[in-house]
Amino acid sequence: MTATNKKAAKQREPLFHVAKRDAVPLWKSLLIRLVALALAFLFCGLLTFLITRHSPLELYESMFLDVFRTSRRVWKMIKDIAVLLCISLAVTPAFRMRFWNIGAEGQVLVGCLATTACMYYLGGKVPDHLLIPIMLVSALISGAVWGLIPAVFKAKWNTNETLFTLMMNYIATYLVAYFLLVWTPDGSSTLPRLQHGHLPVFFDNDYALIVMVVVALTLLMYVYLYYSKQGYEISVVGESENTARYVGISVPRVIIRTMLVSGAVCGLAGFLIVGGLDHSITTESAGGRGFTAIMVSWLAKFNPILMVATSFLLIFLDHGAARMSQDFGMSDAFPKVITGIILFFVIGCEFFINYRLVFRTKASAKREEKA
Amino acid sequence: MNAQESKAIALEMKNVSKRFGSVVANKNVDLTVYHGEILAILGENGCGKTTLMNMISGIYYPDEGQVFVDGQEVVIKSPKDAFRHKIGMIHQHFKLVDLFTATENIILGLKEEGRVSMAGAEQRVREIADRYGFHIDPKKKIYEMSVSEKQTVEIIKVLYRNADILILDEPTAVLTPQETEKLFAVLRRMRDDGKSVIIITHKLHEVLSLTDRVAVLRRGEHIATVNTAETNENELTEMMVGKKIALNIHRSDPKDVCDRLVVSHVNCVGADGIKLLDDVSFTARAGEILGIAGIAGSGQRELLESIAGLQHLDSGEIVYHNPKNGEAVNLRDKTPLQIRELGVRLSFVPEDRLGMGLVGNMDITDNMMLRSYRKGHSLFLDRKKPRNLAEDIIKSLEIVTPGTTTPVRRLSGGNVQKVLVGREIASSPAVLMAAYPVRGLDINSSYAIYNLLNTQKENGTAVIFVGEDLDVLIELCDRILVINSGAVTGIVDGRTARKEELGLLMTKTRTECEEVTDGDGNE
Repeated sequence: MTATNKKAAKQREPLFHVAKRDAVPLWKSLLIRLVALALAFLFCGLLTFLITRHSPLELYESMFLDVFRTSRRVWKMIKDIAVLLCISLAVTPAFRMRFWNIGAEGQVLVGCLATTACMYYLGGKVPDHLLIPIMLVSALISGAVWGLIPAVFKAKWNTNETLFTLMMNYIATYLVAYFLLVWTPDGSSTLPRLQHGHLPVFFDNDYALIVMVVVALTLLMYVYLYYSKQGYEISVVGESENTARYVGISVPRVIIRTMLVSGAVCGLAGFLIVGGLDHSITTESAGGRGFTAIMVSWLAKFNPILMVATSFLLIFLDHGAARMSQDFGMSDAFPKVITGIILFFVIGCEFFINYRLVFRTKASAKREEKA
Repeated sequence: MNAQESKAIALEMKNVSKRFGSVVANKNVDLTVYHGEILAILGENGCGKTTLMNMISGIYYPDEGQVFVDGQEVVIKSPKDAFRHKIGMIHQHFKLVDLFTATENIILGLKEEGRVSMAGAEQRVREIADRYGFHIDPKKKIYEMSVSEKQTVEIIKVLYRNADILILDEPTAVLTPQETEKLFAVLRRMRDDGKSVIIITHKLHEVLSLTDRVAVLRRGEHIATVNTAETNENELTEMMVGKKIALNIHRSDPKDVCDRLVVSHVNCVGADGIKLLDDVSFTARAGEILGIAGIAGSGQRELLESIAGLQHLDSGEIVYHNPKNGEAVNLRDKTPLQIRELGVRLSFVPEDRLGMGLVGNMDITDNMMLRSYRKGHSLFLDRKKPRNLAEDIIKSLEIVTPGTTTPVRRLSGGNVQKVLVGREIASSPAVLMAAYPVRGLDINSSYAIYNLLNTQKENGTAVIFVGEDLDVLIELCDRILVINSGAVTGIVDGRTARKEELGLLMTKTRTECEEVTDGDGNE
């Protein structure tokens, strides 16, 4: 008797179980995301207060408002958004094809390298209006080649594209390191700003051209992915290679073509970074943005228009946190912690959009008591 | 049959409900299972049979309701809990390690004290097998086994864990009629031994020949539980479907028959050196339905895919006779695109609807485009015609969908199939191949599909129909080709064929078949 009682006690209904949600209406999913964001800020505020003893409100004021306080800060943010968005647009076609290209970093870097090489060797020898197209074309080609290599291996021998593209990043980094040694005879490996081949400045604004290019690219990419035959093929291959084969789409061809596009747009980003902004190169010219771009693309569910918002979110967090650490004299690591926590909440709330928790109800608990 | 009064209750479910999102899989189901009986859970596909059983075998957890085993309320959170209450389920898809022997698979995951004695375990496996009349070699590796042997291993695995309540999910789907009879004999012996056997099925004749009682589910709800001896096929169907339904297929006589697709001596070797297709020859004729029967995985898929240009052939020819100009075109080693460009009007409804025929995440319009999006020189898609086609098909095939922009995977199985079949027949094909087109469909949708195939046949299309239900094949097809291990073991007339005959051909090897006769084969 007691034995069975014990057994019954042990077999309690679980406190909660996870159940799948149906398609959630838009307002509800937005609400969940908003709540997640609010919770994230609450949690971060608490954490910062406990660690730094600053009022969270002051911290958030610095984070939210100070980044918009001067037009210089705003433009810097816009510039960073544009560059990140450009790289995100580049990785998106591959991702829609379920080709996990994590080599944007390397593809951007070879784009930078090709651009710099043109500026270094041809600068001053050919006029700028000729030099710039040469820079552009070589950046596009080198980025495309960097994307093409893993694509060919994937298409022909089904190699793992994630490892492959990752490895290509290291090759790109060391190629840049090598050329820096060649270009800096003093051994400093710091290439001074090059004087020729700067992209033209419009409206008296250093960043206007980049912003215009990226806006155009966003629209183009949207149309390409959603309304062109090639974009349609990409989606079909991504959803099911078998279906693609069944309707006569050549899967290897689509893989190669898409990675050419993806790589070329990465090359374009490299061209913009060197020709429009840095006028020089380091091994950090891509600056990890090839990886951040993956997050931008995923968060936007591979929709170019939504990526404007997600790249804004990431850059804003980055700048806000940096501003905060500067204003309050905190360590560099702290803003990264904050950004990480916020992203954790934002991405984690997707779980609650797809699933819900069903808690043990009072009725069943009562029933158990009786038993 | 007064089973209820004389036998003790083994398992009881009270008021059990389960929802997935807004889909109600089970709603307030009450079910009683007695010791020493065979109970059928009968219902159409998608009516919640498997979900219900998964809740007592620990795969799902009910949202509401109680489960009692031998009168005690229990909470089953995992398959382990289920085994503790002596409940074991044999799933439709076997869960076995290919490289292990039967015994190794059976004892896998058991935590017994001390060292494992393989010999002891084998001995117990033999004892169980002898007791119920299984045939099994405990040392045989899984990859060397036939489907029916694998199923035996799964059943013994459950018995080895002392299960008193056995649940079998569609156990006969992969068996020949002969193997089915053997399985039924074993199940009867288990019942006589006092065990409770639950089989999940949608096949009426199995219910009638095997079980003691039938519980009928419809749309997740328990309609009734009746004694098998006191019911009949029509009554059960009515309970399953909710209305009276005529279960016969109209088969018209073929008109203007002529050869459309001639397949001769086709051979195809797989990556591991196994012959997928072994000297296959047959002719598909316009105005006829050619059925293809065989145990699942006997080469049906490869055969259709080689015609559709998706499977590389090692030898042989596939010749298409164009009805427009009488030209003969060899389809061998052509890609699907080349086949279309040659003007071959070939439509193919593959077995794996959402994995091959359609794209689940795309809407109906975009799925309509799959075949036709290339038309024209524009770089951009023209969604207008596909949208019109989608609207036409939704109307003419009575597809239930919120609209043309709903992703196909959100539709029910029957509607998904109608989208696929609708697209494939929209191009007025000269050859229509359909692999298991009614798999997973409810009775009404199944008959709708049969009617569509029949209409195509009457329009002069050569229809090739791969089916698994032999009764349907016999009712629907003009000729039935039987395939086993990639080889054709016979082609019989659908009007005179008997089920047992087909069953024998399904397991016969080619050499046996050549010894017996060379007459009933190809024309």
